[in-house]
Amino acid sequence: MLTLTDVSKTFFANTVNERKALRHIDLTLADGDFVTIIGSNGAGKSTLLNVIAGSLPCDQGSIVIDDQDVTRLQDYRRASFISRVFQDPSAGTSPHLTIEQNMAIALTRGAHRGLGQGVTRARRAHFREELETLGLGLEDRLRTRVGMLSGGQRQALSLLMASFTKPRILLLDEHTAALDPQRAERVTELTRRVVADNGLTALMVTHNMSQALDLGNRLLMMHEGEIMFELDSETKEHTTVEDLMARFSSVKGQISDRSLLN
Amino acid sequence: MISAVEQGLIFAVLALGVFLTYRILDLPDLTVDGSFTTGGGTAAILLVNGCDPFLATLAGFAAGALAGLITGILHTVLKIDGLLASILTMIGLYSINLHIMAGPMVSVNLRNGKPVDTLFSGFRLAGDLFSWKMVLILAVAALAIKLILDWFLATNFGLAVQATGDNPTMALADGISTRLTKNVTLMASNGLAGLSGALYCQFNGAADSQMGVGMILVGLASVIVGNAILGTRWMFLATLGVIVGSVLYRLVIFWAMDLHLASAGDMKLISAILVVIALVISKNAWLRKVFQRLSPWRNKADVPEPLLDPALVAVPADDLDDAESDGSQERGAAALPKQAPANAGKEN
Repeated sequence: MLTLTDVSKTFFANTVNERKALRHIDLTLADGDFVTIIGSNGAGKSTLLNVIAGSLPCDQGSIVIDDQDVTRLQDYRRASFISRVFQDPSAGTSPHLTIEQNMAIALTRGAHRGLGQGVTRARRAHFREELETLGLGLEDRLRTRVGMLSGGQRQALSLLMASFTKPRILLLDEHTAALDPQRAERVTELTRRVVADNGLTALMVTHNMSQALDLGNRLLMMHEGEIMFELDSETKEHTTVEDLMARFSSVKGQISDRSLLN
Repeated sequence: MISAVEQGLIFAVLALGVFLTYRILDLPDLTVDGSFTTGGGTAAILLVNGCDPFLATLAGFAAGALAGLITGILHTVLKIDGLLASILTMIGLYSINLHIMAGPMVSVNLRNGKPVDTLFSGFRLAGDLFSWKMVLILAVAALAIKLILDWFLATNFGLAVQATGDNPTMALADGISTRLTKNVTLMASNGLAGLSGALYCQFNGAADSQMGVGMILVGLASVIVGNAILGTRWMFLATLGVIVGSVLYRLVIFWAMDLHLASAGDMKLISAILVVIALVISKNAWLRKVFQRLSPWRNKADVPEPLLDPALVAVPADDLDDAESDGSQERGAAALPKQAPANAGKEN
């Protein structure tokens, strides 16, 4: 359902600061795939998500969602297929709008926005139902401004807003990284649940190896703009964080040796 | 005094436009200095040529909206910084306004010895121009525009406009074309400025090329003062505050002149000083608190939450777990020590 073919992205091309963030990436996601992506800083993980979402144009290659070529489609137009949760808890919600107004914006994602009322009685009931699944009591605070919520609450709300509309693809960009371990754990559990309940196809970038092993059915490791290896769901079950660390260092070692020889 | 209130209500239309850009879109739009005159000039030239007053006033709105669209295109298509784009349009409009009016001034009182038909000419002839009846009519008009704005901002498109100013990243990720929302808002805002100009020239009896100078400050002062008094918690009160602010602003100037503290030439200086004072009060937490205490309406209006739990507001770091636990008093205290391990853990 999502196919990337030969996608490359270079920053500051033809200058001394040239950085190849993505090199000839080929990636195919089947319906219902939940892929976790790990890799060191500058590996190109976030660039990959940004290129898929359309926030960054890719230099070459093509991106196809459900047989539709979206390579040249602007980010706000791709929102009808894709929803995102960002690392920064304040990035995914509008602080001065209320919880119900934020959810109304999410509900109309990618659809035509006309002059109908944003929050109707029927929608409010729907939002209340959805918020109850979070178990945070937010269903009784529909008219609270989102800026009044804590980081964890905002991130949980962002995740709900990104998923309850059942997008074709859900992109999670280190969405638990800004939270303390306890809250991160709860948002991780929530992620597992919303992806499973809604049968979403998801791509999650994380720095947390145990989280990467724990969630999803496929694991990718990226390094210097390339996908170094992939674990399928069976291998993944038998892999420990130590195994992953070992492979991680060996890949890195190989690369630095190679660059030394060059 | 009645005249001051009436002027305040006419300028409230402009201030509602400034509210749209300054508060909602978070873009200080100086175009209004030009579009106010464009609207006034367009209406004036149509009126002296015998146009229906309602149509002429609507044309003032349309001319202002067109000016807003120019700023919008400079900003969203040509990627010029918003403030600079609005300054460019404002300067350019000065020449355009002279062309529209075919000179520096157009009188809408008399044309070839006959009175010109305007929205207010009936009241003027009947001697009702400065009466509480006129105040009531203008107040109803300003409130009607305010209610239309409230409705618009609550629609699906209006929420998209609010998100554009509040969090552009989220707006784009949720499929909002911020280019469209910005252009529509700039058009609406400057349309209101043009409408205000059209009303003012009919009220005043003339349009002149200088009538728009400093209008952005009039609008900003009204928005900041009004929001400081009535708060921004509820849209209904925020837009009402803009009207109240605009009338208060006129009254302050009226009293200053009445007490011979200032002359007509000092009005711009008073505008600037008022905006500085209002900005300082709204930016300074301590002064704001004092101001809120003094304000009879604010306390209930702007308490950010029905305050289900004071600790939830007082401790920004409290979180998911807190919603489940009970005991509101201990929570604030308990949440703080939790921070230390939380930060340490992040390093891993």
